[in-house]
Amino acid sequence: MRFKKAFATIGLMSVAALALSGCADGGPTDANGGGNSATVDMPWTVAENVTLEGSPTFDAMQKRDKVVIGVKEDQPNLGYYDNVTQERSGFDVDVARWIAASLGFKEDQIEYKAIASANREQAIVNGDVDYYVGTYSINDKRKKEIDFAGPYFVTGQGLLVKKGDQDYQSLDELEGKKVCSATGSTPIQNIKTNFPGIKTEEFDLYSACVDSLKNGQVDAVTTDQAILIGYAAQDPEKLMVTTGPLLTEEQYGIGLPKGDDALRSHINELLTDGGDIWKKIFEKDLGNSGITVDQPKVDAY
Amino acid sequence: MDVIFGNLDLWGTAIKNTLIVFAGGGAIALILGIVVGAMRVSPVPIARGVGTAYVNIIRNTPLTLVFFFFVLGYPALGLPRLSSLVLGIIAIGIYTATYVAEVLRAGINTVPVGQAEAARAIGLPFGQVMSLVVLPQAFRSVVPPMMSVFIALLKNTTIAAGFSVSELAALRATINDSGDRPGSPMEVLLCVALVFVVLVLLLSALQHRLEKKWRIVR
Repeated sequence: MRFKKAFATIGLMSVAALALSGCADGGPTDANGGGNSATVDMPWTVAENVTLEGSPTFDAMQKRDKVVIGVKEDQPNLGYYDNVTQERSGFDVDVARWIAASLGFKEDQIEYKAIASANREQAIVNGDVDYYVGTYSINDKRKKEIDFAGPYFVTGQGLLVKKGDQDYQSLDELEGKKVCSATGSTPIQNIKTNFPGIKTEEFDLYSACVDSLKNGQVDAVTTDQAILIGYAAQDPEKLMVTTGPLLTEEQYGIGLPKGDDALRSHINELLTDGGDIWKKIFEKDLGNSGITVDQPKVDAY
Repeated sequence: MDVIFGNLDLWGTAIKNTLIVFAGGGAIALILGIVVGAMRVSPVPIARGVGTAYVNIIRNTPLTLVFFFFVLGYPALGLPRLSSLVLGIIAIGIYTATYVAEVLRAGINTVPVGQAEAARAIGLPFGQVMSLVVLPQAFRSVVPPMMSVFIALLKNTTIAAGFSVSELAALRATINDSGDRPGSPMEVLLCVALVFVVLVLLLSALQHRLEKKWRIVR
């Protein structure tokens, strides 16, 4: 009898633990999730009675009365989840919110899913997310599996170093040094193929690279400059972005299920017509970071 | 097929690094495991205490945390700079050593007490009792569980991918993110799984041979 009771307690506790961790993963799905305060100062309005002919993704959203958006949560000023205030912020997240609003979904009807870079295509193909906004570079290989709306932002490979370190202008100057980026990412592959003299380190998360930079394990972190600026802004005492020219050009797009042309042209139109809103979001999230970017022209392929 | 032949260079390094981590980690685990296993059955109370503490602390820590400590924490302590590959090997070796030690202790318990007593009676010191009489017999009886530990070690090498070791599990990210390398994530994953199945089958074959060769007739 005593055993039964013990098991029941353990069972209850594990169910509770599961429920709790489930909440943490999905982000604020309920009305008091904390995201609501953000809607107040957003420069767009939630559309009403939206219809979108021939979009299976939109039909699915309406059926479940909720939109599921894939985002990043470890990139300050782009896609960031603050564990303390439980609020999501950043340029990418706001673009995602703007799109949701244009489809008639309020903040409390949005479910965010944090998905790591390596799993993005699969998440879209599986239908785990309706669309993905998170420093997602458009390239031809990805276009084989999914579709892209946009681009909504253009950046390129830059370098992050310790404050007071050399202000590198090109990768050649890093010969013999150690550079870090995310496992398998385009920047690290660029270095491996074109600059064999540079040593590389690869971690799953950029934040691990930034930690390695701070404790001297690596000499520089490289990836899209927009991401690096976010980290530099978080710790301006210790980190700085070099002023050298960007080493590549990356166009960020919104990842969509392949073949959903109706949804893609809807978002492309939204970006094309919403120049003012784009500018407002940019100023709010990235304005004081020092970079100035014009809204890129949408490439409606 | 493109996923293999279009990326041959990557597969080469990935398999090589996986085997390096496996061999290096395995060597550390075996040597350290024997030492710790012997400590746990030694007559010296301090040695027993240290052995028990080591096994209980490391074995109860998730491998990812051990990796975190060595690959990200170790450099922060200002100790001599080592490459991530070496740090990864140390992490996985130290972790697996606890399992080797426990398997070995189980093996030592199967050796009849009379064997150790007889060895002591003819005047052998503890080190020789262990290395000449007890351990050789213990090893024979633990071949299957020991091989399971090494198979687990082989599969645990995939965790090193998150800590800057470009081994098999890092392949997917690399191929996936590259604009001009053929292969979808699913294809890469299936091929990686296949490589692991082949490697594990090789280890199983080795286990079979050792079992046959070292069989004790009781």
